[in-house]
Amino acid sequence: MDLLEYQGKLLFKKHGVPVPEGRHAASVQEAVEAAEESGFPVVIKAQVQIGGRGKAGGIKLAKNRPEAEEHAEAILGMDIRGLTVQELYVEQASEIAEEYYAAIVFDRGTKRAIAMLSRMGGMEVEEIVDKDPTAMVKLPIDPLIGFQHFHGRRLAFEAGIAEDVIRPVGAMLGKLYEVYVEEDAMLVEVNPLLVTGSRDVVALDSKVTIDGNALYRHEDTAAFRNPSVEDPQEQLAKERGLVYVKLDGNVGILGNGAGLVMSTLDVVAQAGGKPANFLDAGGGSRAEAIVDAVEVILSDEKVTAVLFNIFGGITRCDEVARGLVTAFEQVEVKVPFVVRLDGTNDEEGRRILADASLPHVEVEKTMLGAAAKVVELAG
Amino acid sequence: MSILVTESTKLVVSGLTGREGRFHGLNDRRYGTDVVAGVTPGKAGEDVEGIPIFNTVHTAVEETGANTSMIFVPPRFAADAILEAADAGVELVVCITEGIPAHDMLRVYTHLKRSDRTRLIGPNCPGVLSPGKSNVGIIPAHFFSAGNVGLMSRSGTLTYQIGNEVAQRGFGNSTIVGIGGDPVVGSSFIDVIALFEQDDQTELIVMCGEIGGDEEERTADYIAEKVSKPVVGYIAGFTAPAGKTMGHAGAIISGSSGTAKAKAEALEAKGVRVGRNPTEVADVAVEVLGAKV
Repeated sequence: MDLLEYQGKLLFKKHGVPVPEGRHAASVQEAVEAAEESGFPVVIKAQVQIGGRGKAGGIKLAKNRPEAEEHAEAILGMDIRGLTVQELYVEQASEIAEEYYAAIVFDRGTKRAIAMLSRMGGMEVEEIVDKDPTAMVKLPIDPLIGFQHFHGRRLAFEAGIAEDVIRPVGAMLGKLYEVYVEEDAMLVEVNPLLVTGSRDVVALDSKVTIDGNALYRHEDTAAFRNPSVEDPQEQLAKERGLVYVKLDGNVGILGNGAGLVMSTLDVVAQAGGKPANFLDAGGGSRAEAIVDAVEVILSDEKVTAVLFNIFGGITRCDEVARGLVTAFEQVEVKVPFVVRLDGTNDEEGRRILADASLPHVEVEKTMLGAAAKVVELAG
Repeated sequence: MSILVTESTKLVVSGLTGREGRFHGLNDRRYGTDVVAGVTPGKAGEDVEGIPIFNTVHTAVEETGANTSMIFVPPRFAADAILEAADAGVELVVCITEGIPAHDMLRVYTHLKRSDRTRLIGPNCPGVLSPGKSNVGIIPAHFFSAGNVGLMSRSGTLTYQIGNEVAQRGFGNSTIVGIGGDPVVGSSFIDVIALFEQDDQTELIVMCGEIGGDEEERTADYIAEKVSKPVVGYIAGFTAPAGKTMGHAGAIISGSSGTAKAKAEALEAKGVRVGRNPTEVADVAVEVLGAKV
């Protein structure tokens, strides 16, 4: 789960990571109120989780009320690389003396957290580090020991940051590690990590990703919303407890098991089709789940044909077939379906479908045959 | 001779009294697995169709000599259950549970590597099946017979799909290992392929990977250096968009790393043939095995 800047900063505050004062705003009026309350100058920032907000005009300085109004109006509704800005963050402007970069990353390759610090923070940090890898200092952190003071000192000295801020920057890294562990984050990134004119150290931006599997123990985080990336089909799927990812093609896809569904998308693409979605009906695909899945897939108006690819292991093909028959009774189906049933109870499943003689349903025995068929029908 | 689970496997199931644990535990026993105990705190003295239940894994191991544990408890209790089994001295833990927080697994992984006494397979995996010998997990065993193909995979159903295509061409399996679809799993492809390399029964290794992380790339390097047996690969997720989790917690392309294309190319660069779809994987496997004799 990717958090917006202001959401990440709420977590920062909770753990004592210094951030400038700021407020969330969802309308021009709220933005102006927030600006007047905090006192000018303020920075008005688009809340979308994508790089290059500043370059796209999504971050503006406002020195007075008319400017705040003008910028809030311009930024709300703005399109930034495909995302529509629906929320703002209004923050006290900071005087910039130095811009560093700091991050704690969950590294699945080494099975460690990697703590990182660079004195070359700001918009160009990636390009700079690409050319000169020594510009970024990295330390692996043992999860059973955690982040120690010496880690902070080593990072700060080796990164070559200003001597007067070595202690507060080291301390901030320790706090960021606390956010990482206690909030179950996969990524905690601060760019820029700012040294102000008065030599205060603050996190000017936040990029935080939380492990979805850990949300059960973080009720506050689980309640965070990000309307700029919410998709109606994905919302519906979430409500129904389905694992669904919207794609931009026209072939609706359902399968059982994440790997098999990914493979199904690939095979459809190889046959010349464009998948409209990823939908894993899960291990024990029961009839109700099939009904829900059909509804979600068909709620995407681009879908012109649907492929069911089931390999029955624990999932029984007869149960999937019954689910499909029920779904056709409950949902109005106008597009052709190709159903491939193989594995446990496949013959019975195919017999159930034959007996029901559902309109627009073609039954195939192999995965490749089914993919070719659905692509042909999708047009 | 198969790997990981064999005739000498004596299984204790954490969560045997739960719905899923009971269903699959009894299924494994019907297959011939020696299921010697279940563990559910507070239910000692009860039994599940004759399998005795204990309060702790420690007492289960003391009383029954269990050497393998299967974890079927909900995600929030699973890390604890793995650590308990390891602490009780169990050699192999197979964790089926999906949805364990990554930080919990990071601590478990680090601890297990440090003590180096217990091997973990999973979590978020279908388990391990050595056809004709033992089944520990949820792999539908009726598709598979004993043979010379070692199969390892990050995914469940896709494993059955590929395994079944190989079976339909007349080949069986030494062992089928689901290593799990999470970002942190106890045993990597490299750990498992090292066991297949040493196993007399295994003559061909099929590796079924997917997007996310760099497991497959590392395994490609390892194969080039250390594996003498032929390996056939498959990677799922060529059409997956970046930044989206595709069902498995570990199946996510981060930025430009972890793509299916990069993995397939890394394997091919080291001489591993990669099938473009499950059917082609089986075709290549048969071609390699046929050419061997």
